Amino acid sequence: MSLENMTAALGGADHPGADGPVPAEAPGRVRLRAFADNRLAVAGLAVVIALTLFAFIGPLLYHTDQVHTRLAAETLRPGPGHPLGTDNVGYDQLGRLMVGGQTTLEVAFGAAAVAVLLGVVWGATAGYLGGFADGLMMRVVDALLAIPALFLLIFLATVFKPSVLMLIIVVGVTAWLVPARLVRGEALSLRNREYVQAARTMGVRPPTIIFRHIVTNSIGTILVNATFQVADAILLVAALSFLGLGISPPATNWGAMLSDGLNYTYSGYWWLTYPPGIAIVLTVVAFNLIGDGLRDAFGLDTRRG
Amino acid sequence: MIRFLVRRCSQALVVLLLVSIIIFILLHLLPGGPARAILGTHATPTTIAAFNRENGLDSPLPVQYWHWLTGVLSGNLGFSYVLNQPVSSVLAQRLPKTAFLAGISVLLAVLIAVPVGLYQAVRRARLDDYVVTTVTFVLYSTPAFWVALLLIDVLAVRLHLFPAEAPQGAFSALFGDPSALVLPVATITLVTIAAYSRYVRSSVLDELAQDYVRMARSKGAGLRVVLLRHVLRNALSPVVTLLGVSLPFILSGTLITEQVFNYPGVGLLIFNAAEQQDYPVMLGVVLVVGAATVVGSLLADIVYAILDPRVRASVNGEAGR
Repeated sequence: MSLENMTAALGGADHPGADGPVPAEAPGRVRLRAFADNRLAVAGLAVVIALTLFAFIGPLLYHTDQVHTRLAAETLRPGPGHPLGTDNVGYDQLGRLMVGGQTTLEVAFGAAAVAVLLGVVWGATAGYLGGFADGLMMRVVDALLAIPALFLLIFLATVFKPSVLMLIIVVGVTAWLVPARLVRGEALSLRNREYVQAARTMGVRPPTIIFRHIVTNSIGTILVNATFQVADAILLVAALSFLGLGISPPATNWGAMLSDGLNYTYSGYWWLTYPPGIAIVLTVVAFNLIGDGLRDAFGLDTRRG
Repeated sequence: MIRFLVRRCSQALVVLLLVSIIIFILLHLLPGGPARAILGTHATPTTIAAFNRENGLDSPLPVQYWHWLTGVLSGNLGFSYVLNQPVSSVLAQRLPKTAFLAGISVLLAVLIAVPVGLYQAVRRARLDDYVVTTVTFVLYSTPAFWVALLLIDVLAVRLHLFPAEAPQGAFSALFGDPSALVLPVATITLVTIAAYSRYVRSSVLDELAQDYVRMARSKGAGLRVVLLRHVLRNALSPVVTLLGVSLPFILSGTLITEQVFNYPGVGLLIFNAAEQQDYPVMLGVVLVVGAATVVGSLLADIVYAILDPRVRASVNGEAGR
């Protein structure tokens, strides 16, 4: 759980996002401008775009063999032919960084999407229903939140053999709790608005109200949290890889590259650790900056950061 | 206060019950169920069926849950055939160590984060605020295991200041060599400071915008007096709840740290259990850690309510959480 998520969990029930001032004209454009004015957030976005291009377009321009090991060419220093050297089984480190980046970003985006989707459905339903159902649904969230993510993930990763898809599901399933709480808080205040009551009186079915009115009006909160979820997932997957529960070779991710490289710290093979390590830190910082910028642009509670 | 306590405690009880149900579901999520957990991955369907019949595992799930729950409540967390010990006695050895490591680290993190956050709030949007924000952001965004290994590389291997391995053996051994605790504690503290200081910063900023601050200032109170006597007191009580809420985060960090420094707590225990597919131990750890988190955040909420009467007043709903 990230620091953003952690503090968000505190303010889930009563944060003022939904009651904030409503911009009079073209709210989308106002928010876009507010986001664009935040230089750190724009820098974060630029970093994310650059790293995504690097990971997905890079391999088209820079061809390396990332399937067959070449033990004769292991741990070569950076030099001609291998700008970032080679790793402990002879893979070109720069090419590896691209392949690892693909997995890292795929899992992070996928897990964030799963988490936010689950959380939004659960939280909006609980908040809209209110009463006993809400109480019970939120206690389930409390119970799952009480189990530290990494402990649960270790168990799940032992039972289900990790692949990209499995990691997305497993990380997503442990991460949906905070978005659920946030959206539930929004729903609690939105369900008493006139237009929601009007819709109910006109006989609109609850699922339609939940999706058309509650979810759309919580979109700021959802978007901000989704951004932090991506950052979180990257760190969680890195931790899992370090514990040896990541994806098996020749597939890799930055976390796995970093933890493999750390075995060679004492040999002075810095190119095995710093490139993937810095890539992780850069991406996580970038997503946090974007999240901060989005939160300001949507005028949400600053306490949650 | 009584109403608050009753409400909050009954909530915690429901959550504890749900935690136990989740663990029970996990136990049955295993291919082969609890029998596979005990007999291991090589058990044949016939032996599993025989085992299930002998141990009442073929009875309806609610009945099984009831038996399991009553067992857990009387301290029977199952038996680890890998370690050849009851899970409860393994946990009794390991849990105090993790509590000690996490406790010291949290205490240190708070002691550092409060002044840092306060300073940042006062210096808001100046260069030093940005510098501190950047440093904490980077620390937070660095995988904990990398932080730990960088600390080892610099402070243990190059400078020989502290040992790279935690003290082994009994709980009392932890105090025998305090220098061996420095690096594990530093790792958890470093990755936790970021979260706390950011929270303190915005909490103080909220308070600084209040009327009572302007009032005190206009009556001639100095900034230092206002900060220490008024703002800090109001800004710190929510930090108590943050401690409760951040427990799972800290325990996840503790797991990584224990693995890096070979610190014999529950984090290392669950890691080793995962390697050996020792499911009874894994689930025992998850259960105990989950329960500890529920109790921890309950205590934090109660302390918060004692510190801030407004919380008690809003018994209704979750406004106090």
